[in-house]
Amino acid sequence: MSSRETILKRLRERSDGPLTAPVSDFAVVTGRGWDAAERVARFERLIGSVHGEVVHTSRASWTDTLAEVLAAKGVMRLALGRQHPVAAEARSALADGGVELVDADRDIEEWQREQFESVDAGLTSTRGGIAETGSLWLWPTPDEPRLISLVPPIHIAVLDADSIEDTFFDVVECHAWAQGMPTNALLISGPSKTADIEQTLAYGVHGPKALVVIVRHTGGVPA
Amino acid sequence: MSAVQDAVHTYTPREFHRQAHDALGNPQIRDNFRRAMDGLMDKRRGVFSDWDLETLRELGANIRLRALAKLPDLLEQLEANCQANGIRVHWASDGDEACRIIGEICQSHDARAVIKGKSMVSEEMHLNAHLEQAGIEALESDLGEYLVQLNEQTPSHIIMPAIHLNTDEISEIMHTRTGTERTRDVDYMTAAARQQLRERFMAADVGVSGVNFAVAETGTLCLVENEGNGRMTTTVPPVHIAVTGIEKVVEQLRDVPPLYALLTRSATGQHVTTYFNMISGPRKPDEHDGPREVHLVLVDNGRSSIYQDDELLDTLRCIRCGACMNHCPVYTRVGGHTYGTTYPGPIGSILMPHMLGLEETKDLPTASSLCGACGEVCPVKIPIPDLLVRLRKESVGQGRGNVPGAGVKRSAKEVAAWKGFEWLATHPAAWRRTTALAGKLQKLLPSSIGPWTDYRSAPKPAKASLHALVKRHRRGEGES
Ligand code: SF4
Repeated sequence: MSSRETILKRLRERSDGPLTAPVSDFAVVTGRGWDAAERVARFERLIGSVHGEVVHTSRASWTDTLAEVLAAKGVMRLALGRQHPVAAEARSALADGGVELVDADRDIEEWQREQFESVDAGLTSTRGGIAETGSLWLWPTPDEPRLISLVPPIHIAVLDADSIEDTFFDVVECHAWAQGMPTNALLISGPSKTADIEQTLAYGVHGPKALVVIVRHTGGVPA
Repeated sequence: MSAVQDAVHTYTPREFHRQAHDALGNPQIRDNFRRAMDGLMDKRRGVFSDWDLETLRELGANIRLRALAKLPDLLEQLEANCQANGIRVHWASDGDEACRIIGEICQSHDARAVIKGKSMVSEEMHLNAHLEQAGIEALESDLGEYLVQLNEQTPSHIIMPAIHLNTDEISEIMHTRTGTERTRDVDYMTAAARQQLRERFMAADVGVSGVNFAVAETGTLCLVENEGNGRMTTTVPPVHIAVTGIEKVVEQLRDVPPLYALLTRSATGQHVTTYFNMISGPRKPDEHDGPREVHLVLVDNGRSSIYQDDELLDTLRCIRCGACMNHCPVYTRVGGHTYGTTYPGPIGSILMPHMLGLEETKDLPTASSLCGACGEVCPVKIPIPDLLVRLRKESVGQGRGNVPGAGVKRSAKEVAAWKGFEWLATHPAAWRRTTALAGKLQKLLPSSIGPWTDYRSAPKPAKASLHALVKRHRRGEGES
């Protein structure tokens, strides 16, 4: 008998008899009832508490904000996609600036060392945010592959304020994740960190040292 | 540098008492653990304060129980959905078989270098040693694991592997092993490790990771981490092998958010970790990064035995948060290595006897004062103290005999003594005669009775029993 059969048989022929599966009540992880302003405020407070930086801007002028962030962080080379509107708008806005744009939609084998060693920041869109934990959720695509939010020392993420939801559970349910998962789905809540050296927090141990979230608003922009 | 020299020391659960004695005599170890555990307990308290913690724990326990109730079906469903997603699934009855499977996958790719994300199951089966024997280098990439590996040690905590080391000791280890400057600057050391490991990620042929939750419904592997080394391990090398115990499966995707909320808060007092990485397949043809091949190795290694018994089953609800060790007064004083097992602390004491047998681990269930702290903080409400008592019973042959090595501590003398006591206590006349005699022979009774009298004086029976005194009092004789 194969190990697979042996294991399954042992589990099925359980000596104390079959178990009854309880029904779960998920009320405790949903139904927060926060309004839009509260969601933004919570998101900012939570991600800020783990060293994530939040910059508010309007939907119309977000690329100006991006340019300011890049200048403030001294970013010379920015990796980004091409097709996603975030990437496309960033590309046209930055076309004749001083920042070199690095195509992220290439097989990693072609540019691994370049990505690891000479890209200053990665720009990505996000699918949404989570107010309760201050998290971003991303489903990397061929246009914006997995590693541009991980390998460069700075990750700049663009988030629409109205895509922030209350809880992780709400996101999984409302967007029917179970109907079809991508190769890789990610929650990102702050820059990479460790406390492995005597409980002292240090950032950027493997991933980005800094995470900047550009929050785009269609209505008023909070101060 | 006590802990640095400690590297050559190998620990075994058989020597628990001697190791505990040594650890208690080492102020550095006690200090390092005390400080770390105090901090972790405070953080956990803070992060749960605005939560309906009891309801959430109830839900967590309920989700884990539901998964276990359907375990064989869910494992098959997980396998089918993983395969549909392009993940290859392997089954291993024990650690050796799992090592063999992983070794063969590595060899089929001519792999020479494996990079590892944190995985306690791989520690449990001694994967690194196995790979090294096959000429394959296995390098840990979680910073704590990396430091512990540089120091030729094993983790002393399941979440924070290097918690037994302080900054000076780590600086010394990095200096001797990697040539960095001696420093107390944590940012400098972290940056140096980043640099050293980046090269290794790029050069690795295979990435090996653990799994926190495996979702049957969608064939998804979930990994929880702060550093990003897990994402690197599962994305950069061309082959990813995930290895996990068969109990890690959950039924649905919606089961994941509550367990994740409990895990991060219980483990490190965080609302959320930096990364939650959900993998549902290898790189698709149009994608530009990620491994070309993903394997899942499902390891039994004693779990299906634990599964047989209604009471012991609770052990399998564990989500490996480490809260029970953070709150354990014994763990905090003796540290993780003292236990001599992959999983230390309360969870180790209820899990390792099944993996190694009670012959090896008979002292672990007694490494507890049964204060109850572990059971109170456990996010999935495992009644750890009850399980410790059950294993104590098993070890003296008073249980159901469902644990390997049951009865190892059974001593004919002890059994006879209790039998005698039982008889006496149920025969009043004989009881009175014996206690009266014991009172008279006071001086002749032994003053040393085993370990009990190492730190205490032996009990002396009173000249007259309480019973006799009351009787006399009633007769109006007063005390004599
Ligand atoms: S037994 Fe409970 S407290 Fe201990 S590691 Fe497992 S889940 Fe956490």
